[in-house]
Amino acid sequence: MKHYDAIIIGAGHNGLTNGAYLAKAGLDVLVVEKNDYIGGAAVSREMTDGYWYSSCSYVCSMMRQVIHRDLNLTRHGLMLVPYLGTAAFGKQGETMLSYTAEGPAYNEIRRISQHDADAMSRLMADLERYSTLIRKTLLRTPPDPTSFKPRDIMELLFLAKTFWEMGEEQLYEYIRFFTMSAAEFLEDYFENDFIKAAMATPGIIGTALGIYSPGSAYILLHHVMGDVDGNIGAWGLARGGMGAISNALAGALQEHGGEIKTKAGVDQIMVKDSKVKGVVLENGDELTSDIVVSNLDAKRTFTKVMDQKDLPPGIYEKANNFKIRGSSGKVNIALSGVPKFTGVPDNRYINRGGQAFIGGLETLERAYDCWKRGEWSSDPFIESVIPSAWDPTVAPAGNHWMSNFIQYCPPKLADGPWTPEKRDAFGQTVIDKIERHAPGFKDLIVHMEVRTPHEIENEVGLTEGNIFQGELTIDQLLFNRPFPGYAQYRMPVKNMYMCGSSTHPGGGVSSACGANAAREILIDLKKPNTVPEDDCYDD
Amino acid sequence: MTTKPSMKAFTEQVTELPPGLSPVDNYAGERLMTSPFHERQAALNLRDSWEAWNGYKFANHYYDVEYEYICIRNLCGTYDITPMQKYLIEGPDAEAMLNRMVTRDVNKLKVGRVTYCCWCTDEGRMIDDGTIFKLDEGRYMLTSGSPSNAWLRMAAFGFENVTYVDKTDDIGALSFQGPMTCEVLKKMGFEGIDTLKPFGIMHFPFAGDTIMISRTGFTGDLGYELWITADKGLELWDALYEAGADYGIQPYGEAATSMARLEAGFILPYVEFAESLKTVHFKHDQTPFELGLGWLVDFKKPHFSGRAALLEEKKRGPGYVLTKIEIEGNKPAEESHLYRDKACRKEIGWVTSAMWSPVVKSNIALAMIQPKYLSGDIWAEISYKKEMKPRWKIAKCTVVDKPFYTPARAKATPPPKF
Ligand SMILES: Cc1cc2nc3c(=O)[nH]c(=O)nc-3n(C[C@H](O)[C@H](O)[C@H](O)COP(=O)(O)OP(=O)(O)OC[C@H]3O[C@@H](n4cnc5c(N)ncnc54)[C@H](O)[C@@H]3O)c2cc1C
Repeated sequence: MKHYDAIIIGAGHNGLTNGAYLAKAGLDVLVVEKNDYIGGAAVSREMTDGYWYSSCSYVCSMMRQVIHRDLNLTRHGLMLVPYLGTAAFGKQGETMLSYTAEGPAYNEIRRISQHDADAMSRLMADLERYSTLIRKTLLRTPPDPTSFKPRDIMELLFLAKTFWEMGEEQLYEYIRFFTMSAAEFLEDYFENDFIKAAMATPGIIGTALGIYSPGSAYILLHHVMGDVDGNIGAWGLARGGMGAISNALAGALQEHGGEIKTKAGVDQIMVKDSKVKGVVLENGDELTSDIVVSNLDAKRTFTKVMDQKDLPPGIYEKANNFKIRGSSGKVNIALSGVPKFTGVPDNRYINRGGQAFIGGLETLERAYDCWKRGEWSSDPFIESVIPSAWDPTVAPAGNHWMSNFIQYCPPKLADGPWTPEKRDAFGQTVIDKIERHAPGFKDLIVHMEVRTPHEIENEVGLTEGNIFQGELTIDQLLFNRPFPGYAQYRMPVKNMYMCGSSTHPGGGVSSACGANAAREILIDLKKPNTVPEDDCYDD
Repeated sequence: MTTKPSMKAFTEQVTELPPGLSPVDNYAGERLMTSPFHERQAALNLRDSWEAWNGYKFANHYYDVEYEYICIRNLCGTYDITPMQKYLIEGPDAEAMLNRMVTRDVNKLKVGRVTYCCWCTDEGRMIDDGTIFKLDEGRYMLTSGSPSNAWLRMAAFGFENVTYVDKTDDIGALSFQGPMTCEVLKKMGFEGIDTLKPFGIMHFPFAGDTIMISRTGFTGDLGYELWITADKGLELWDALYEAGADYGIQPYGEAATSMARLEAGFILPYVEFAESLKTVHFKHDQTPFELGLGWLVDFKKPHFSGRAALLEEKKRGPGYVLTKIEIEGNKPAEESHLYRDKACRKEIGWVTSAMWSPVVKSNIALAMIQPKYLSGDIWAEISYKKEMKPRWKIAKCTVVDKPFYTPARAKATPPPKF
């Protein structure tokens, strides 16, 4: 059998990015994927005739545009489409619409609170300032703060300089950010509960934290730091669904001679004399390579596909204790028409974007309480978008599909394991809540797919269904991701690397983890670095 | 309108009506003409963003420039090209007359086909560009961005058997562009539209009249232009918007057009070129060779306006040539000067249009550059503002041969479903 320069385990978008850069640098690359489709959590699947669900991730703003350009992803079929016009729904059925133009957007918030309409611009400026900083770190390898290598010292200096340039006062604010809760953070800006709740929701998406839990302010920032063509905080759709991103990356990988093997789950990473030798597939096949890169999360990598005996002491325990609690569900629904939402004008711009079924701050916190108890809430937070209203390729003309992301959904239930019945009961709470805001919604349903953390883990291999491949708290961010001392993509066994969202800069469809890992591998191979620097918005 | 009662009180007090309330529109002469589609377009122009083109009221944008642009690339949209000048040129001498006027060989044009062309002064300076539709033997439609009546009279000089009629106000025209356009036209019942090749023309019965559909446009994408008698304009609009509702149909204006055309590498008057007849300063206008339109000049033709001068220009080589460049970073290089060296000592050209391209995620521009410097380093000096503060940077440029965005669907027949 053929010997490869590098084998990448997992054809998630980061594995594909990593493979594309290694192949572009001339390496003989193979990506092995357990499923019969590629993309991991960035995937489009036709679950019923003519409807293509973005089964897991559904919107895009973190994708590094420099990678898009550098790997010619447009030529490989990728097109990102910004979407507009989100409607937020409150407890009493009240709505808040995000209009596209500044004037109408201001008037809409003023309708709810004049004070908050004025405060909104200060929040936007502050968020942009903070996100500019984080964005600078995305396509860079975090420095090891304990190392004295020139590169680490330079990187530390870069970070220090970048942060110091904010000024002392802002710096303190910023540090507070990492430890504050989303609700506390917003308390400084707004008076209205509904507005606070609406602005706080990015702080809980995907995380096992509540709006009042310290650390959720950072999650908020993580979700607004992205951009679509420089519009910071905006989100876009991939034409053809999120799988279009993975497919384009696969196109780039193959263009440079890389290979992909699906239905090829890895059972074990082979290690000899503390050095990787290749992988053993679940079917027993052995594939050899000089380098092995894992796109799996840190817990899965070290506790599932490696032998504890092959690891230096302490790593297995670190991986086992890696915070990767699942907290989200996803309900994908095919519809025979556009739902009519109460209190939302039915026009081409506003009834077509996203929907946020919120309630209020209390609703969000109560939903979190349920999660802690191992239950799902009967009144969950749902973030929805109707991609087919923007993307003609994902549903038959005139029909639609709606992506519903649910916070929270527990990975383990208090009353025993997940069953198909419980899964469907969870799904029912979701359509019940939507129906309350869109009477007649249920009659439009053609097909639906309910995904709890249990399904997400089984299908995509995200441990506990954690969407970020590990919680984004300060103890697991930057040079602490996945573990202190291992943030530079090199793992404790020689020639083994990690490239998934468990590494810096974490979860989301960004291609950054995979690209950063490729850069480190090329450095180790003493090859020219072909991974580009990030586009700068700050000059 | 809460202001009405008080206004009324005001008018009762004064004998003379205030100008705004006069039964006679004393400002009528100031107002622009409106196109046959205006009523519908005005209702959708949520931003009241209007400009003027050849005396017509004409939208810069309707809702949001980027949104309208993305509709062109992702769904479909209409752009009102009624103000574009349209001339019907007829008679046994029509072909010979056009052939003498434009630089391209019109003999080669078959009935039912369209060709892009330009025309020049005797000095070989470009007057305008446009399209010629061969409607029948001896029957053509010429379109141009600016009014050309006076030039047409000169161009027809000496030809006995040719007439030209300005049809601009009689024809309503919509450019209908985007990947979903063919699906929408199919849904409207224009059977066989999917077999129409780029630059082809078809006619269909519509509303007791005939609609002409050409597979042409200014976006570099799949698209069509729809031509109808002006008084059938609203009927066409309504039918199109009904069929297009499920395909995200959206009107778009000049701003979105300008983005799409730059990605396609197309030129605009008063952006890339100055119309020769209106240019004050000698050589502030351009030749087709300078604009990268040398392929439109057919020297195999024995004679056409500007031939001798252009032949000489070709031999000598143009002083500047319009070039597609990509610029590092993401600051659009609007109005930038270009240099041979990073120190900006040797100036070699300037940028004519620049933008961030959302679809290719690249900072693109068209620029006039001295040909002898095309192969070496090119640097752009970019001025911009960051929260009011003026800044500048020097960015490296790379010459690009092909248009920035060329989706395969633009050329495919039948076009793909999406
Ligand atoms: C429900 C949900 C919604 C989300 N929404 C968004 C969103 O809207 N926007 C956004 O930016 N991000 C979102 N995310 C996060 C984002 O999708 C992920 O962070 C990202 O896709 C992870 O990519 P990755 O390449 O790092 O890993 P993954 O996508 O997890 O890829 C890992 C791959 O490894 C494969 N694999 C696992 N085990 C094995 C094995 N033993 N052998 C071989 N292959 C194996 C898996 O099948 C998978 O293909 C969401 C995630 C989820 C789950």
